[in-house]
Amino acid sequence: MGIEATLFAHTVRSRTQSNGSMNKIADFNAYPDPHGRFGNYGGSYVAETLMAPLAELTEAYLRLREDPAFIAELDRDLKHYVGRPSPIYHAERLSRHVGGARILLKREDLNHTGAHKINNTVGQALVARHMGKPRIIAETGAGQHGVASATVAARLGLKCVVYMGAVDIERQQINVYRMKLLGAEVVPVTSGSKTLKDALNEAMRDWVTNVADTFYIIGTVAGPHPYPMMVRDFNAIVGREARAQMLEEYGRLPDVLTACVGGGSNAIGLFHAFLNDASVRIVGAEAAGEGIATGHHAASLAAGRPGVLHGNRTYVLCDDNGQITETHSISAGLDYPGVGPEHAFLKDAGRAQYVGVTDDEAMEAFHLLARQEGILAALESSHAVAQAIKLAREMSKDQIVLCNLSGRGDKDVHTIAAREGVLI
Amino acid sequence: MSRIDRRFAELKTAGRTGLIPFVTAGDPLPEHVVALMHALVDAGADVIELGVPFSDPMADGPVIQHASERAIAKGVGLGDVLQAVADFRVHDARTPVVLMGYLNPVETYGYARFAQTAVQAGVDGVLLVDCPLEEAAVLQPLRDAGLQQIMLAAPTTAPARMAELCEAAEGFLYYVSFAGITGATHLNTGDIAVRVADIRAHAKAPVAVGFGIRDAASARAIAGFADAVVIGSALVDRLAGATDAADMAERARVFLAPIRAALDAH
Repeated sequence: MGIEATLFAHTVRSRTQSNGSMNKIADFNAYPDPHGRFGNYGGSYVAETLMAPLAELTEAYLRLREDPAFIAELDRDLKHYVGRPSPIYHAERLSRHVGGARILLKREDLNHTGAHKINNTVGQALVARHMGKPRIIAETGAGQHGVASATVAARLGLKCVVYMGAVDIERQQINVYRMKLLGAEVVPVTSGSKTLKDALNEAMRDWVTNVADTFYIIGTVAGPHPYPMMVRDFNAIVGREARAQMLEEYGRLPDVLTACVGGGSNAIGLFHAFLNDASVRIVGAEAAGEGIATGHHAASLAAGRPGVLHGNRTYVLCDDNGQITETHSISAGLDYPGVGPEHAFLKDAGRAQYVGVTDDEAMEAFHLLARQEGILAALESSHAVAQAIKLAREMSKDQIVLCNLSGRGDKDVHTIAAREGVLI
Repeated sequence: MSRIDRRFAELKTAGRTGLIPFVTAGDPLPEHVVALMHALVDAGADVIELGVPFSDPMADGPVIQHASERAIAKGVGLGDVLQAVADFRVHDARTPVVLMGYLNPVETYGYARFAQTAVQAGVDGVLLVDCPLEEAAVLQPLRDAGLQQIMLAAPTTAPARMAELCEAAEGFLYYVSFAGITGATHLNTGDIAVRVADIRAHAKAPVAVGFGIRDAASARAIAGFADAVVIGSALVDRLAGATDAADMAERARVFLAPIRAALDAH
């Protein structure tokens, strides 16, 4: 395969010229700036105590990502431990059923631990080891990032503490047990709405208290600088592989990319290598829950406003007093009231579009993919599949939609059964 | 001269250490914020830090988190906090008031609108916990309106950066006594003394020490080398559950009296 060994997004330079309509942004790889800003978004909105550890992390990471030995180490782990590269798969029956463009799936569900999350945790755990930090902490919503963190901690012999909202612990029991099997301690978070955002607050509080020996592995492209950049870089392997696979197997780039967006790590992972390819349209699928009009959703970009949450400026869901509001999605992994700052930037720049997909639409796509292709997608990824179907239906047969199948649905079987009134 | 600067000048002349109590606006009794502020002054407060409730207080421990949650549940927002300060000013034109909180409520309210309303209400300074020096450009409208920016300094702050903070300090510089969240208890006064002495020698503003001060003994230990002490979680904890304004004022008085005495005995 024609995939470069070079791992990091900033080294990828597309030859495609950007067209004038893209608000004059000549090179999307030039972001973030040295302060971690993506245009008006990003930055480091944290208390003074964390400024020094963030600076230390930024310095270590910027050094490591240029270090050939580190890159080789990461490459080896991605190939032999994660199982990369993941294929792009032509979902022929599904495409025929929909009756429009060809739908291709980037199979991140085939990775070790079952989702794209491992791309990031493998990378950050190596950074932690290089920085000499023996203790890892992480936040988790659905539990996928918690499992991926516990996994790499076990492999490197690091202590691992995972913060998880008490509500999420209740609805994701299997992942809680998986983390425990991997040797991690799972700490229930009972503050605020007792979900992902509160788990992130609590992990940040742990970090500020134990900063000398602790490395915080944030699971998405949010948080203060350098996290949105670092997590993107580690996930950008998805898009780099996919772009090379497209050229090799189809001799062309896709017409449209789509991926689900909660915090947005799998989406930015797929999108990033294509940002300078002006011919490729980019559509992110946010969780519209019970419908954006009902207020029960998690569509920060489609229905939120610029604000500051968890260390960065981005689009957030909040009320008129600036209080972050509780979100709803059938998929715990999309149930987040903020979004990575780079997505906010891409939205404002007009480079990517973000649309809502409801719980019902995601469920319908889940079943369709199961029956047409024999693939149980994660509920998060089912939002992307639903969006791919919507897009493909309006396109011609010679066009291509590339959809990130970011995770597999084994973890969701109980949720789906309960929703459909089935006792298992 | 601002109210904050004047108050610290008075303290210096009198040779006293300042007492800065923190309370979360709207907790425990949203209808009695103003009464609580007056009670704090009666109990010996030199400056009042009034917490603006926020749903995601990342730098706060459980006591202030829960106070925030209770205030939000009762509908207290930034507009109410500003109104409380305006009402407080009807009877108290001298005690400086600093609003402490997080950026998103101010961002949502609008920086320019906030600056104007806060100055009109009689707010003197703002301490926005999640807005470090690097991001402080967004606060320019607040500075233009005359609100002083209270900055944090921490044990982790590197020397070069500390020099910048000392240079930028307005009102007072708030030194966070340990790396952690509010309400924790591991106070090591020896380490703090050395650091604070160094900061006081360089900062353009007086230095207040906060985090971990919870009673007369810990306040007395800090009084030896700081211009003021901030006391928050322990007070908020004591006030929680107050049944009416009189009960709340009495709790504040009983809690702060020995601390005031300890600071003055120094």
